[in-house]
Amino acid sequence: MWLTETDLEAIWLTLRLATVTTLILFIVATPVAWWLARTRSRWKGPIGAVVALPLVLPPSVLGFYLLVAMGPNGPVGQLTQSLGIGLLPFTFWGLVVASVFYSFPFMVQPVQNAFESIGDRPLEAAATLRASPLDRFFSVALPLSLPGFVTAGILTFAHTVGEFGVVLMIGGNIPGVTRVASVQIYDYVEALEYGNAHRLAAVMLVFSFLVLLALYVWNPGAKKR
Amino acid sequence: MNALETNTKTRTAAGDRPGMLPQIEARFRVAWPGFTLDVDERLPARGVTALFGHSGSGKTTLLRCIAGLEHAAEGRIQFNGEVWQDAETWVPTHRRPIGYVFQEASLFPHLSVLGNLSYGQKRSQKLNQQRAAAQDPRKARFSLEHAIELLGIGHLLKRRPAALSGGERQRVSIARALAVSPRLLLMDEPLAALDLARKQEILPYLERLHDDLAIPVLYVSHAPDEVARLADHLVTMDGGRVQASGPINAVLSRLDLPIRLGEDAGVVLDGEVAERDERWHLLRIACCSTSLWVRDSGAAIGDHARIRILARDVSIAQAPSRGTSILNSLPARVLSLGNDAHPALALVKLDVAGNPVLARLTRRSADELGLAPEQSVWIQIKAVALL
Repeated sequence: MWLTETDLEAIWLTLRLATVTTLILFIVATPVAWWLARTRSRWKGPIGAVVALPLVLPPSVLGFYLLVAMGPNGPVGQLTQSLGIGLLPFTFWGLVVASVFYSFPFMVQPVQNAFESIGDRPLEAAATLRASPLDRFFSVALPLSLPGFVTAGILTFAHTVGEFGVVLMIGGNIPGVTRVASVQIYDYVEALEYGNAHRLAAVMLVFSFLVLLALYVWNPGAKKR
Repeated sequence: MNALETNTKTRTAAGDRPGMLPQIEARFRVAWPGFTLDVDERLPARGVTALFGHSGSGKTTLLRCIAGLEHAAEGRIQFNGEVWQDAETWVPTHRRPIGYVFQEASLFPHLSVLGNLSYGQKRSQKLNQQRAAAQDPRKARFSLEHAIELLGIGHLLKRRPAALSGGERQRVSIARALAVSPRLLLMDEPLAALDLARKQEILPYLERLHDDLAIPVLYVSHAPDEVARLADHLVTMDGGRVQASGPINAVLSRLDLPIRLGEDAGVVLDGEVAERDERWHLLRIACCSTSLWVRDSGAAIGDHARIRILARDVSIAQAPSRGTSILNSLPARVLSLGNDAHPALALVKLDVAGNPVLARLTRRSADELGLAPEQSVWIQIKAVALL
């Protein structure tokens, strides 16, 4: 095998992080997307902007704030300590928390768009057919926005795989715990091990291409009429 | 008697105070920018009540308020003594015993036709079981089969909505609304999105609903021909207000209504097919204690027949005329004269054996005939449409 053991470890960690993050975001981001899609509140604009922040913030800024918040003197850090979990920075779960924030808009926005494109009518029809609000969500809204969920899942997963700055700030570079593939490549380059860097970079390139290929072949936009 | 009829009757009997006619009391005030709905009406909860008006007259908004799809800040709706909305009460749409047919079929694209039909049926059965597990088991059991049979969609059950024609889709959507065993059926221009051929395809099914089921229907429409064909009771709306409300002929024959049906002004009469003339392909319809001859539509003797007489097809003579091509000539009595849309024209309201009939003629003719109330005349009906 031409990838080293540490490479495989980094790839495995990366996949684990991306999978866990995506699964958590499916649960956390869906209600937010639903609210943003359906609300007529004046808070829709501000909340939408906050959700989109990670799109434009430098990852180091996000990472910095998260580090401060989750550190020993930060509110989150004090909470986790008092719960006996300890401190999150430089742990796998610290990375998960950071990734959830970092990839939030990548899950919310496609799902929100999907919810919006359903319109009111199918939900009204379901209401006249005796479906309660929760029932309408699961029996009508979810199935009709499935393509949006697939897109969102793929984007979130891929985006988490590609994360670098936030990982460095929150996770550092601990082999097997927080050293993901992108950090591993950075290490190789710093150590001038260009051959190793090439191999891993090529794997990432091919992976990213395949993910995007899947996204474009799936093309939910073309399926709806 | 079919299952649904039984169903509705038992429920009405149970839900009603004795001696009270079932009715819908609706009072709503909705103020949106550029539009106000202000309605306070009692409607009969039996037969077909048409809400008629131009687009923007508020008829759809009224229907949506009744369904609970629109939450009017000021409103009160009571159905057969059951309050669905008032200052303290708000029954959400999914708990109201209604069926709703939208203008576009609005089928669920991710479900098959059968999936669409059973979506509401399953849920309403569950609700019914929760409410009254011990009661008449027939109650919960209308009849997906009956709805399917009534709308003639048995051959479509496995298809996806995308694979249906517009008319088929609307039939499925009507069956879907019926399959929840509604006690009130609300229909929002169910034919408006369809072309003429599709309309002709669906109208007979709507008539079957009318004739076969004892469910009261509120039917929103801006098409006079649909109203004439289906309605028992007519409510006309304009600018968010009710203009007139009453039994269909009482409203259709009013001369003072600012809303004019224009070319479509006329009345409808209900009668029975009495005789078939094989040689001339005509049917004799017995109605208003007289007879009218119409083209043979294939209806059976004894069938209920509704005929429509447009004002423009009725002319007035002082004596029964001979040597005319017109088949239907009846004695009548002038009730009143009114203005028509054009200053050259007048509308005359006549009484034909207790039924109102409208005639349109020029003011000059009216003057030459010396028409005045209580005068006895003969009317000649050029065309009688069997609906």
